[in-house]
Amino acid sequence: MNDPNVIEPGGVEASADGPGDPGRRSDTVSPRSAVAEQITEFGRIPVGNVRCEDPFIIAENVNAYYGDIHAIRNVTLEIAKSEVIALIGPSGCGKTTFIRCLNRMNDSVEHARVTGRITLDGQDIYERGLDPVVLRARIGMVFQKPNPFPKSVYDNVAYGPRIHGLAADRAELDDIVHGSLERAGLLKEVKDRLDEPGTELSGGQQQRLCIARTIAVNPEVILMDEPCSALDPIATARIEDLIDELAEDYAIVIVTHSMQQAARVSRRVAYFHLGMLVEVDETDRIFTNPQHKLTEDYITGRIG
Amino acid sequence: MSSVDRQQRSRTARRRVRASLARRRRRERLFRAAGLLATAAGLAFLGMFFASLIAKGASAFVQTHVLLDVETPVAALIDPVDPVGQADPIDLIDPVDPDALVNDSLRELFPLVTSRNDRRQLARLLSIDAGESVRRALVAAGAEAGTRLSIWVPAAATVDMLSKGQLDPDVEERLRPLSDVQIAWVAQLKGEGRLKKRFNSALFTNGDSREPELAGIRGALMGSFYMLLVTMALAFPIGVAAAVYLEEFAPRNRWSAPFGRLIEVNINNLAAVPSIVFGLLGLAVFIDWLALPRSAPLVGGLVLSLLTLPVIIIASRAAIQSVSPSIREAALALGASRMQMVFHHILPQALPGVLTGTIIGMSRALGETAPLLMIGMVAFIVDIPGGFTDPATALPVQIYLWADTPEPAFAERTSAAILVLLGFLLVMNLAAVVIRQRMENKV
Ligand SMILES: Nc1ncnc2c1ncn2[C@@H]1O[C@H](COP(=O)(O)OP(=O)(O)OP(=O)(O)O)[C@@H](O)[C@H]1O
Ligand SMILES: [Mg+2]
Repeated sequence: MNDPNVIEPGGVEASADGPGDPGRRSDTVSPRSAVAEQITEFGRIPVGNVRCEDPFIIAENVNAYYGDIHAIRNVTLEIAKSEVIALIGPSGCGKTTFIRCLNRMNDSVEHARVTGRITLDGQDIYERGLDPVVLRARIGMVFQKPNPFPKSVYDNVAYGPRIHGLAADRAELDDIVHGSLERAGLLKEVKDRLDEPGTELSGGQQQRLCIARTIAVNPEVILMDEPCSALDPIATARIEDLIDELAEDYAIVIVTHSMQQAARVSRRVAYFHLGMLVEVDETDRIFTNPQHKLTEDYITGRIG
Repeated sequence: MSSVDRQQRSRTARRRVRASLARRRRRERLFRAAGLLATAAGLAFLGMFFASLIAKGASAFVQTHVLLDVETPVAALIDPVDPVGQADPIDLIDPVDPDALVNDSLRELFPLVTSRNDRRQLARLLSIDAGESVRRALVAAGAEAGTRLSIWVPAAATVDMLSKGQLDPDVEERLRPLSDVQIAWVAQLKGEGRLKKRFNSALFTNGDSREPELAGIRGALMGSFYMLLVTMALAFPIGVAAAVYLEEFAPRNRWSAPFGRLIEVNINNLAAVPSIVFGLLGLAVFIDWLALPRSAPLVGGLVLSLLTLPVIIIASRAAIQSVSPSIREAALALGASRMQMVFHHILPQALPGVLTGTIIGMSRALGETAPLLMIGMVAFIVDIPGGFTDPATALPVQIYLWADTPEPAFAERTSAAILVLLGFLLVMNLAAVVIRQRMENKV
């Protein structure tokens, strides 16, 4: 296995580990105590509150590197059990990298390295011996570009349940597939096309197929990386409705470039800048009364 | 800038574009012409190659036969292969030599030829296999004793060449293999309608022979077939497994990356190693060390799989690399293990490329000669191999052997064998194209 991730237990990170992060030394922190505030050229960040009630995912002092590129800098963030949190920030600020840390998708990226501590429901996800397969069954991911398998619509949705053995028989599998398509708002459109290749659907339908495929596994968290960036307003509205509906049962982390979308679907918003988490707060607070200058500049359209 | 100036400038720009357009078009025309010329030249050479092969080899697919009238004998026939085989003991009391039947028939056809020497010359017009053909025909007909049968028997190679116009009857008598009287007899046979060119089935049913009219490629074809089976069974799974491992499972961190590159360079190198070197390796390892039988398709197949392995690995790696990374991510994000990702998504998508590479590798193996010379598959083998360890040759080796024979009648058979080999290569490469298209349309 190529496991490029160097994880220091307890979130301790030796300063030698952080190229492009000179001279910073963090002391041993117990996961729930200190907020990893850092003093940067932007002042003391993050502002707002990275903590939340009843946290389900806790990321403590997470750093991510691609070779020498320091893509995520000392990010600490908590995500609650059934909330929608939107990650916003200018292009290249590390939003995608951060959510890929949460389901260990960076494992398969060459030169990628993650340090810090991320727990899911109290369990360290980078623990030695933890199989990412189990993790990814609990944390689903929807990508920016729709990526259905070149198989039938049915097989696309049935794939996850099949490999995890979620259905006892064909009837149950049918139920799961139909239910997932229904929840993704796609069933009506593809009811008669279940045997056609998923790659022949329209872009918006493909993206909803990918969402259906993800929820078919019944994950506890869904990571969405700009799920609507290729969609028209109608399909976008559909997916936003879907997110609202899913938010009752799932924790949803959504990356978006659309302030309106963030405002519409999320309860909290986290603003990233150059790999750093600058501000986290309730959605209305961020959009009405941002605390940090960078956040304000970004949401009023002065950066990004 | 005034509006006059602006108009002036855009006019100049338009003029310059127009001027450069002419230049660009001229260049494009030149380039097209050069490309067309190159393609035409390539096709012309190919056409010449095929035309000369077909011109030389087509005649080998027919063989001159002579019609003999034979009376079914009372007694059993001697089977030259199995003289006391299944024949009935009573029939064995007075068995009949089929050659004698042939001679009787000739005597009937040419009652005026009486001298011993002439009779011998007359018999030489027929293939030495004539008796055997008569025997087989009689057994097949199963006719009652005393019935007369007309049987086509193969003529000798010299007669065959004469009737195909490959032997000039006008050269001095002692410089040609047929004497004047023999040529006259052939003319007489032809006049009586007893000389005809029929499909040369011997070419496809016989093994090698010293007599051109009896020599066939069946033995070599079977040898090639068994070899390719071995090659396929070894090189395909090993090659695909190696490609999958190298692409998907081999560690790629800072320490192992140089090893990966080293392996890649070595595999590419291996694909370029002259094939004779693999033959030497096979000789040293499989025959001398592992004591496997010489001249056997098993060893040939082993050597050829070494030869095709790099081709299959390189093609499969390229095919695996070309699978979209977003599919990998989709599978992994759903919780598929690496193994599941590879077998459910990567390999099915890479399959057209993998199969194309395999077929191209196999067709290279089919045409390979040099390494087989090293492991003794170059012997004169009459029997058709029936298994992986029987002595055998391969089709290209058979071509090499026949091309080396001084007897002129083998020339056309060499070309015919080449045509058969090309036919197989064509079919294989066509299959590669068809598989590729079929599968890519499906995906
Ligand atoms: N596979 C990779 N290899 C090397 N560097 C990478 C890789 N992926 C991302 N990066 C770098 O990491 C930084 C953060 O990238 P990331 O994709 O997380 O940004 P993002 O916030 O998602 O941007 P966008 O909004 O444009 O999608 C960028 O500087 C990028 O160049
Ligand atoms: Mg991104």
